[in-house]
Amino acid sequence: MPDGTALNAFRESTRKWIRDNFPGSLKGKGLGYEGDADSGLAKDLDVWRARLAGQGWGAPTWPKEYGGAGLSQSEARIINDELIAAGAFNPISMLSGMGITMVGPTVLEYGTEDQKRRHLPGIASGEVRWCLGLSEPNAGSDLASLATKAEDNGDHFVLNGQKTWTSGANISQWCGAVVRTDPKAKKRDGISFVMLPMDQPGVRTRPIKLIAGASPFCETFFTDAIAEKRDLLGELNDGWSVVKRLLQHERQSQTGSRVAASGEKPTPIQELAKTYVGTNADGTLADADLRLRIADHLMDARAHTLTIARITAEAKGNVQVSAAASILKNSATKVAQIKAELTLELMGAQGLGWEGDAFTNKELGAVREWLSGKAMSIYGGSFEIQNNIISKNILGLPETTQKG
Amino acid sequence: MAALNEEQTMVKDQATAWVNEQSPVQKFRALRDSGNPRAFEPTTWSAMIEMGWSGILIPAQYGGSDLGYLTFGVVLEQLGRQLTASPLFASALVGASAVLLGGTEAQKQKLLPKVVDGSEILTLAVDEGPRHAPAATALAAAKSNGGFTLTGAKRFVVEGMSATTFVVAARTSGKPGSMDGITLFTVPADAKGLVRERIVTVDSRGYANVEFDGVTVAADAVLGEVDRGGVLLESVLDRARAGLAAEMMGTAGQAFDMTLEYLKTRTQFGAVIGSFQALGHRAAGLFTSMELARSCAEASLQAIDAGAANVPELVSLAKCKVGDFLHEMSNQLIQIHGGIGMTDEFDAGFYLKRARVAEALYGNQAFHRDRYARLLGF
Ligand SMILES: Cc1cc2nc3c(=O)[nH]c(=O)nc-3n(C[C@H](O)[C@H](O)[C@H](O)COP(=O)(O)OP(=O)(O)OC[C@H]3O[C@@H](n4cnc5c(N)ncnc54)[C@H](O)[C@@H]3O)c2cc1C
Repeated sequence: MPDGTALNAFRESTRKWIRDNFPGSLKGKGLGYEGDADSGLAKDLDVWRARLAGQGWGAPTWPKEYGGAGLSQSEARIINDELIAAGAFNPISMLSGMGITMVGPTVLEYGTEDQKRRHLPGIASGEVRWCLGLSEPNAGSDLASLATKAEDNGDHFVLNGQKTWTSGANISQWCGAVVRTDPKAKKRDGISFVMLPMDQPGVRTRPIKLIAGASPFCETFFTDAIAEKRDLLGELNDGWSVVKRLLQHERQSQTGSRVAASGEKPTPIQELAKTYVGTNADGTLADADLRLRIADHLMDARAHTLTIARITAEAKGNVQVSAAASILKNSATKVAQIKAELTLELMGAQGLGWEGDAFTNKELGAVREWLSGKAMSIYGGSFEIQNNIISKNILGLPETTQKG
Repeated sequence: MAALNEEQTMVKDQATAWVNEQSPVQKFRALRDSGNPRAFEPTTWSAMIEMGWSGILIPAQYGGSDLGYLTFGVVLEQLGRQLTASPLFASALVGASAVLLGGTEAQKQKLLPKVVDGSEILTLAVDEGPRHAPAATALAAAKSNGGFTLTGAKRFVVEGMSATTFVVAARTSGKPGSMDGITLFTVPADAKGLVRERIVTVDSRGYANVEFDGVTVAADAVLGEVDRGGVLLESVLDRARAGLAAEMMGTAGQAFDMTLEYLKTRTQFGAVIGSFQALGHRAAGLFTSMELARSCAEASLQAIDAGAANVPELVSLAKCKVGDFLHEMSNQLIQIHGGIGMTDEFDAGFYLKRARVAEALYGNQAFHRDRYARLLGF
């Protein structure tokens, strides 16, 4: 690991690079206009994306030959911190869909040299978006009961079946999918992990509308879809170990470490509460009950951040995908969901709008965020599944029996 | 555990070994059964002094090792695991902090070496009502003959029966309800007009109610500045709260370990009870709370050592979150042990009883939630 002086020098040069390269027009902004071909912002965004990619900063810790920058985790954190400090953000992770957080790290571990060279640079530059075809209508938490079939056809597999809840399937170029390659083997032993392009006749997607109004995910139908054999990730019929690892990366990415995804600084919830609820003469929030629940929420949020810091310090800066991810995922979920509930509550009737001029964009945004946030305790291994993992893998309690 | 340095790791290993070998919870049971009014074993206390724990906060020129609050917390956590009773916390952490933060050179020279060698036992006398409320201080200190005369009463004074010197929060001006106008005094326990009475509490430790019936002290008994002791008092209290949170972390951690062990060994319906998902999930939830609480406890001690500006915030966070966890954990310790948990013969009750006292001491969760909100400006 680089020593303190080297890190300070790195921080200085990072700060300077951001100052010289971040387009001022994007300051304090986030994503949302990337698909908007007319807007000048969309052009600036692509310039910014390309500059970051040129530095290898879309995936700073990946090796340079695969589009990364070969940096340590401490250096990657510095880049993130400096982006936040400058009101900047890193759009590449979002633009890559499931690429940076999940597919990439798993390809790095399990991929062949050829797979790494073909797939990683497009992810690291934010030019190729990936989706993940794991869940099926009858295989959710119990993913290993999946039914989508892949048959060997010489140099490729032929896929038939249905995936569901596939985030970004309609806008992705590539998909990582788990499929059954040996129907006779035991549940977990006949599964393989394949990668396939979405733009082919055998793949069809149908967006699903969610309670928050948007359609961030799809049903995905494979009808004689083709996945090349050279895009089999890991060994044939060993897809379960690949996907287990992938899911660990997913959990890790959902532990709520601060990521520079948007440069906008949100108003602290207690300040928002003061404007909507008002204060007593002594400056305390007028609603005493809400006040203490907000305080408790802020404490939980602080405890969560301190725990990430503690785990990082204990790992001496080199955090691996760890068992602690289940704890952090559940804690991050709780903090975010309670925050959304409190925000709605403090806005009163203004926190109950769906659309229209009677509500500000922030108010409408809070409502949509409250709704979409309910997914946090469902995807990435639900709240209950994380508790299963904690009780079994961390605490060593035996497999569940249900008797009595 | 926080990334400890070499010295801290040594102290931790020493404390863990000593507590397990020399001071397991059976010692506390024997003490409770004996009804010893001082509520600690002299041999336990002298062993701590020999190991240098009474000097952990105290600079070398006064005979200590100056290892800081995180190190002290490491020791208190181990003591908390086996409920070891001693004046270590009251004297070498709370009392010593008051002298270190507020004392003149002469006061430090007079008191600190004796804290280290155990010939003085200090304690803080702050609360006067049943709930922690430092601003409510009413005990009056009136100027007289170049010194002060103290009149009033303090309640629930930790180690109040064994203390040799009290650090007393008194009102020299202003009205109860304000931290302005408070002054701290050192008052020897044998001062004329000071009467202490033992109170018997649910956690079987040593507490006293103390009457000050016109106790006169000289001007050099003032710790810090006259009328401006409120800030000093808060700083001392914050150190006390952070140290107590570390001890509570140990108590709760041990309760968790006992519970987990039982989940793995007790069989019903032909299976160990830990295989029932309701209990597995409860254990997972408790473990998550424990990890979060630990981060708060350690961060508050580290902030004190670093002289950080946000100590009050982090301390209220720690006392509240560790308090919440200990509260729930001590209840689950009983619940998950079933009938055995209700028996005096089993140790669970000791942990439950200690939990509530430690929660209340220097501000319970409600106190610190309110304080946290105030510190954040709402
Ligand atoms: C916004 C969003 C995005 C998603 N994106 C993707 C994606 O890109 N790709 C993809 O493949 N999938 C995706 N998913 C799917 C997600 O992984 C599944 O929803 C998840 O695995 C749960 O499966 P399920 O919905 O079938 O619920 P079920 O598994 O049927 O669960 C129903 C309930 O039962 C509980 N439960 C299930 N098993 C147990 C158990 N053993 N013990 C205790 N309780 C249990 C669950 O916790 C839950 O409360 C996404 C989901 C959402 C909401």
